[in-house]
Amino acid sequence: MYNLEEYSAKVMDHYQNPRNVGEVENPSGEGTVGNPACGDVMKLTIKVENGRIVDAKFKTFGCGAAIATSSMVTEMVKGKTIDEALKISNKTVAEALDGLPKIKMHCSVLAEDALKAAIEDYRKKTARQEKKA
Amino acid sequence: MKIIYMDHNATTPLDDEVLEAMMPYMTDKFGNPSSSTHAYGWEARRAVEEARGQVAELIGAHPEEIIFTSGATEADNLAIKGVAHAYRDRGSHIITSQIEHKAVLETCKYLEKQGFKVTYLPVDCYGMVDPEEVRGAITDKTILISIMFVNSEVGTIEPVEKIGAIAREKGVLFHSDAVQGAGKIETKVDKLKTDLLAISGHKMYGPKGIGALYLKKGVKIESLIHGGGHERGLRAGTENVPGIVGLGKACQKAGRLMEEEAKRLTKLRNRLYQGVMNGIKRVYLNGHPEKRLPGNLNLSFEFVEGESLILSMKNFAISSGSACTSSSLKSSYVLLAMKVPEALSHCSLRICLGRSNTEEEVDCLVEELSKNVARLREMSPLYKEV
Repeated sequence: MYNLEEYSAKVMDHYQNPRNVGEVENPSGEGTVGNPACGDVMKLTIKVENGRIVDAKFKTFGCGAAIATSSMVTEMVKGKTIDEALKISNKTVAEALDGLPKIKMHCSVLAEDALKAAIEDYRKKTARQEKKA
Repeated sequence: MKIIYMDHNATTPLDDEVLEAMMPYMTDKFGNPSSSTHAYGWEARRAVEEARGQVAELIGAHPEEIIFTSGATEADNLAIKGVAHAYRDRGSHIITSQIEHKAVLETCKYLEKQGFKVTYLPVDCYGMVDPEEVRGAITDKTILISIMFVNSEVGTIEPVEKIGAIAREKGVLFHSDAVQGAGKIETKVDKLKTDLLAISGHKMYGPKGIGALYLKKGVKIESLIHGGGHERGLRAGTENVPGIVGLGKACQKAGRLMEEEAKRLTKLRNRLYQGVMNGIKRVYLNGHPEKRLPGNLNLSFEFVEGESLILSMKNFAISSGSACTSSSLKSSYVLLAMKVPEALSHCSLRICLGRSNTEEEVDCLVEELSKNVARLREMSPLYKEV
């Protein structure tokens, strides 16, 4: 069993005051993961300049943990190089939130997957542009 | 900050008059009803029998047809296992529905392991069992039908009367878990045509840890708890005298207030529903639009996950059928049995109004819901795509 009281103060803060909600204009990469039937969907858009993520925004349908991890991951990736960003895992996001209830750990996978999908999308786009050039 | 309680299907606060009636039996009047040799025992026995009369009166039964239990879960267990074992020589088939309380479903599953066959009938999109499907499921091996009176999640009132009539016609015993109906809407055993019926104290402003099983005269059951022959040998163990007194008083008071309170709660519930429907788009009602419990409302707010909505309204005590609020990580089996799409099952909210709730609180909830649904939809990647 778990109850909502188990959410850390940081989770509640990121849930109540989520950072970086929305979509980056002309994103360098975007990733949408999850499934409404499973109860959570996350869309992450990133802006990359000179190999560094300069902006990241999210939109999430999901529980408190899904929203808080989405918010946290946007904070964590900003200023990071692509290689550094790829080192972010669901565990590091959860740790940055002072942990999640055990049963909610799977929600943080959404944030990691969305980040990987957005980076993948960015890499595909840049590869295409390089080809064109 | 006062948290406004709107989860009365989960439990209710203990009524002041009920507590007052119970107190002497937790202090001075501590006697054991089985002590036949002195006044302590006599007064405890009188209190238990008075309560038995009050419970019987609420459901239109004879006092000797009431067996006190530790709660409705035990009453359901006693009814189903009790009948199953007492009538095993007649057959081994039981009929129930997919949306019963776990106290019924898990008991049936247990009996399946003991060799009984159980039919779990489906429900329609309102959560309603079709009496004709019950009829169709009866075989010459059927010994028991168990269908709840009111569903605790979606508030749908089942056609128990019709099912009871079919059971009588076919000569099959009929049990009903009436936990959510008793004390809130008229629950009379002769009208509902049930042979067994389970009720609970804490769902009607009585104490936790006490319930009762109605057992129609002439119906046999096997006892689950053996001992000193209490409750006509059907439920051994020294009586929970304060609990029994509390249940009796709660039944008496609920019976007295029922008509007026049901009207008031229906009006309040409709005000809430209208407020939500006028202020928020893409909201879906779960359960039956008319045949539902007065205080119950179950809604799905599309594109907004239930737990996150509840989390944003921490000054309201409400619940959700979303997978994210359950430890099993599965959506409510009741909503899924009603074929509510899975995406919407995650978006459900259950609001159960009770005696303490006011128009002002309901209006405040509508306002909070509008604000937070808008905020969360703004955040939802699914919303813009519509």
